[in-house]
Formats: sequence, structure tokens, C-alpha cells
Amino acid sequence: MDIHEYQAKEILAEYGVKIADGGLAYSPEEAVQRTREIGGSVWVVKAQIHSGARGKAGGVIICKSHDEVEAAAGKLLGKRLVTHQTGPAGKVCYRLYVEAGTDIAKELYFCLLVDRCAERIVMVGSAQGGMDIETLAATQPEAITKIYIEPSVGLQDFQAREMAFALGIPVSMLNAAVKTIKGIYRAMRANDASMVEVNPLVITAKEDLIALDAKMGFDDNALFRRHRIAELRDKTQEDPREMAAADRGLSYVGLDGDIGCMINGAGLAMATMDMIKLAGGEPANFLDVGGGASPERTEKAFRLVLADKNVKAMLVNIFAGINRCDWIAEGVVHAVRKMDMKVPLIVRLSGTNVEEGRRIIAESGLPIIMAETLAEAAEKAVQARNEVVANAAG
Amino acid sequence: MAILIDENTRIIVQGFTGKIGSFHAQDMINYGSKVVGGITPGKGGQTHLGLPVYNTVKESVEQLGAEASIVFVPPAFAADSIMEAAEAGIKYCVAITDGIPTQDMMKVKNFLRRFPVETRMVLTGPNCAGTISPGRAMLGIMPGHIYKQGNVGIVGRSGTLGYEAADQMKRLGIGISTSVGIGGDPINGSSHRDILEKFEQDPETKVVLMIGEIGGPQEVDAGHFAKEFMSKPVVAYIAGLTAPEGRRMGHAGAIISSAGESAAEKVAMLRDLGVIIAPTPSAMGETVAAILAKS
Repeated sequence: MDIHEYQAKEILAEYGVKIADGGLAYSPEEAVQRTREIGGSVWVVKAQIHSGARGKAGGVIICKSHDEVEAAAGKLLGKRLVTHQTGPAGKVCYRLYVEAGTDIAKELYFCLLVDRCAERIVMVGSAQGGMDIETLAATQPEAITKIYIEPSVGLQDFQAREMAFALGIPVSMLNAAVKTIKGIYRAMRANDASMVEVNPLVITAKEDLIALDAKMGFDDNALFRRHRIAELRDKTQEDPREMAAADRGLSYVGLDGDIGCMINGAGLAMATMDMIKLAGGEPANFLDVGGGASPERTEKAFRLVLADKNVKAMLVNIFAGINRCDWIAEGVVHAVRKMDMKVPLIVRLSGTNVEEGRRIIAESGLPIIMAETLAEAAEKAVQARNEVVANAAG
Repeated sequence: MAILIDENTRIIVQGFTGKIGSFHAQDMINYGSKVVGGITPGKGGQTHLGLPVYNTVKESVEQLGAEASIVFVPPAFAADSIMEAAEAGIKYCVAITDGIPTQDMMKVKNFLRRFPVETRMVLTGPNCAGTISPGRAMLGIMPGHIYKQGNVGIVGRSGTLGYEAADQMKRLGIGISTSVGIGGDPINGSSHRDILEKFEQDPETKVVLMIGEIGGPQEVDAGHFAKEFMSKPVVAYIAGLTAPEGRRMGHAGAIISSAGESAAEKVAMLRDLGVIIAPTPSAMGETVAAILAKS
């Protein structure tokens, strides 16, 4: 789960990380009000969307008067911002963070994340802040410092110092740097974050170390014990279909193709989508219905897939282990009848009670296309989709 | 032979008396696995499914000679149960539980490293379907009947995709020595490489099928191992050709977050390392069959 910059900054501030004065605004009037509270003569109005690289997308505006703040806020609120992290659909900005302008002397990059290979948290820093770290890693790997943290003892002072020196932080600011780095680490550990990125971490003209931007991602598996973090979820920033799926205990990812999928198991789902692609089609979604797919669950899954108006054919692929093919078949027949389904449906069943499952579908009298193997299912789905497209054209 | 488990492996079930634990314990017993008892703290002394229940794993090791365990404990408590098994002297543990926090798994892995390699518990999972040595023992939640006994080793992250592979092979008359699910989480007990190492040492296994997916470095790491240290052919399929970058595909670990983690990149790297690629998921069985015919 991701959170907004202002939420991440609030958390970091609790762990002793310095941030610029700022406040949240939902309207241009509130934005102006925030600038009055903050004082000073330069402010930054920042669009709060779940994405980095907002500056490049025009989501960060520097203002020198209340009129400018009002205009900037008016421009950003309700605007759809597209960055390389949001995908082509972009994300709509409903909240603004208004912050005091910072007199930047130097920009640094700092990040903590879980390294899957090392199975521990790694601290990543570079004296070249503000840049995209992936680009930097590809072009100048020597400009990046990585320090691994031993889980049983946590981040040590000497490691924080080593990072501070690597970042080129002046000796006069060493204590502040250690405090900041350790604060970010504690914020990560205490909240089950999977990553914290401060890009840039800035040295100000007055020799303060400030988190000018902050991004935090959290381990979904740990939200059960991080209620406060779970409450920070902003549903406007997430795909409504994925949210609906999650609420129903299904795992769904919307894609750009037009062959809808319902599969049990994440690996088999990915493999089935691969088969569709190899057969010349494009999947409309990833959908794992999981184990124990009851008729209710199957119906919900169908609704979710068919809510996507691009879907021109639907493929169901179930390998029943704990599930039973006859239960799945009953669920499918029930869902098709109840929903008055218009697009062709291809069903492939395998595993426990497969004969019984096939019989139920055959005897239903519904125009369901059956397939024996994974390859056959994908080919038939692509063929059915192509026929729908040809008929529509013609 | 097979790896990790056989008909003599003495098995206990952690989370024995719960609904899920009971269901699968019975299924394992029906398959022929030597389940000797179970653990539910606070229910020690009771009998469940005709078998003794203990409060601690340690007691079951001392009194039943338990060697392997399977964990059905809910996510919030699963890491604790795994560490308890390791401390008690269990040799092999399968964690079925889905949803264990990553920081808990970091703790578990760190805890396991305290033990010398020779006595360290082998952990597979979490978030997996378990392990089966067909015809001998099942330590998992898979449908046992789809697996035929034979000499192909399977290691994979996904449950149902592993079933698909076993089913394709059975249709071609090919059997399996052991099939190991390593699970879909970002940090897991054993890697693809760890399991390849075991298959290499198993005289019964002739060919290994590795079923990987997007995310993380494990498949390519295993490919390097296969190239340098294995005499047996390794066939691989990598799922997730259509997965967009930065989107989690069901499994907590199935996400392309940096270079080299996409299916296409992994396939290219594995091919360079001499791993035989099954070009499609429906060709896993026939690709293995072709290699078996040659060897």
C-alpha cells in the first residue's frame, strides 16, 4: 500500500526527521489559508497523488504570492496527472500539500528498502539527488552507495555515518545526519514499511537537513497490525476495480487487452495470460479467485471481469485441487444465467471431479465453449474474440 | 529416494486442531504420509484425528521423533511457529500460510542462520502448496492423485501452475520424484537454487523442471548454479510475459520492480546459462519429455 507525501512526512517527522512547514488543502481557499499560517514569501504547491516524478508532470508549482498559490491550487485540484509511474491513465489530484519554500544548497538521494536477494533492509544513497535512481544506477553505478542492515541489531551509528560521508554531508552536520538516517530507519521498521524514499534529501543554505519529498510503501501483509497505516489508504488513488476485488477477497489487476480471465492461483493466472498472448490475443485482466471458489465468489468474479466494457470474450481456467470442478461448474452456470452474459465464454476445467464438472456445463444447454488443455483454451478464446470483433465490424 | 520427504518421514502438523489444519492433515494421512501428531498450544494431551496433540513442538520431537512439520498457523503467528520448529530440532518445515509480513520472514531467516548448516532446518514456503514425493508422502495441500511417481523433479512458486505441470507430465506418462513449492512471497525459506542443489544430489531425479515467475532474482541465480554445478538438465518456464511493470500479480513477490525481473529478461538470461526453456506453459510436459528421451 502506498501513501501520500504529506502522510509520509508526518510519520517521518515523528521519528525526528526534519521537514519544511506545510499543510494540507482541499481547495484554493484552504491553500491560501495554509500559506498565511506558514508565513514567508515563497511556497510550493504540491499535488498529492500516489506517484513520484510529479514535478516533471507539472504537479509541483513554486509560488511567490497568494494569488499565485490560489491559481496553482485551482489548476492542480481535479487534474489528472500522468507520470511514468502512474501508467497512461494517470491519477487525479484531490489533495494539495502547501509547503514553505526551501533554500536548497544541495540535493541528495536517500532510500531504504527490503532487498529480496539479501533478505534484509538495504540503505541506498547518492550525492546526486533529485535524479531518478534507476537511471543513475544504469548510467553511474559508482555514484550510488549501498549499506546492508543486519536485522537482529538494526541500523548502527557507524553505518549512518558511513552513509553521511558517502553523501558528502559536511562534518558540521554529521550528528543531524545520523539522527535523520536513524529516524527514517526506525519509521520503516516500526510501521512495516517496504520502502521509504527521500528524494531529494536536501542540505539547506542554513545547514539544515530536510526531507523535501518523501514516499513510503507498506507491506500489505502487515496492515493487520498497523491500523494507523491502514487508515491512511486513499481509495481515490487506486484502481476502483482492484479495490472492489480486494474487498471481495479476490486478486485483480486491470490491463489493456480484451480477453477477460478468471483463474485460480496467481501462477496459473499469469501462465494463462501468457498463453492468450502467445495465441495472438491480449488479456483484459489478471484475476485469481483463489481456493474454495463458491458459486457466490464465482459470480462476483464474473461481475468484476465483465464490468470492463472492453471485454470481448472471457476465459475461465480452473485447476481444482482443494476446489472441485463440479462446484466451479455450478458457479459458472449460475453466474452466466444470472448475468445474461453476452460475450463468448470459454471454460477449461482440470483436476478434482473434472468429469462431473464438464457434464454440468454440457447439460446446462448454455453456449459455453469447452476446452481440454491450456493451449486449446487460449486458442479458442482468441478465436472467439476475433469473431466478435469481425462481426462488430461487419 | 526423492528429496526432503518419503514414506518414513515422521510428520507433525502445527495448527493441527484448526479447520484447515484438520482438513489437510486428514488428506495427508489418506495419501499415506506418516503423520504422527500435531501441535496446538493449550490443547496438549488431547487426541485429534486419532493422534496425540502437544503444546510444544519440542515435546513432539522428544516423544514422537517428529522430523518434519507443516504450518497452518494464521499469518500473525506463523513466523513464531516456524522458529519454534527450528529450535525444537525439526529437520524440514513446510509453511503453507499466506500473508506473513516480510519483516517477520526476515526475522525467521536470520533466526535460521544461527544454526550450523548441517543441523539447520530446511524451510520451504510460506505461501506455497507444499511438497510431495508421489507414491510416498505428501506434506502439503495439493491434489495428490494428479502426481505420478517417477524421476523428474519439480520446483516452483505457484500451486496450481505446478499442478498443471504435473498433469501435463502424467498425460505423457512421465512421473515425478518430488515436487517442491517454494511459495510466492518475496522472502521465502528456500530458493529455486536451494532446491536444485537437492535435486542434483538425488540419484532418482534425472531432470528438473523449474517453474518461475516475474519478480526477484531467484530464477537467474538458480540458472547460474545449474550452469556451474549441475550435471542434470534443467528445464524452465517463467510465467508473467504480459505482466506490466510495477503491478503485483497476486503473489506478494510477483512484481517487476527493477531491471532483470521481467519474464522476457529472465528467459533470455536463463537461455544464455544453458537452461532449456519451455516456450509456453502448455509445453512444460513435452519439453521435459524431449529432454528425457535424449538422456
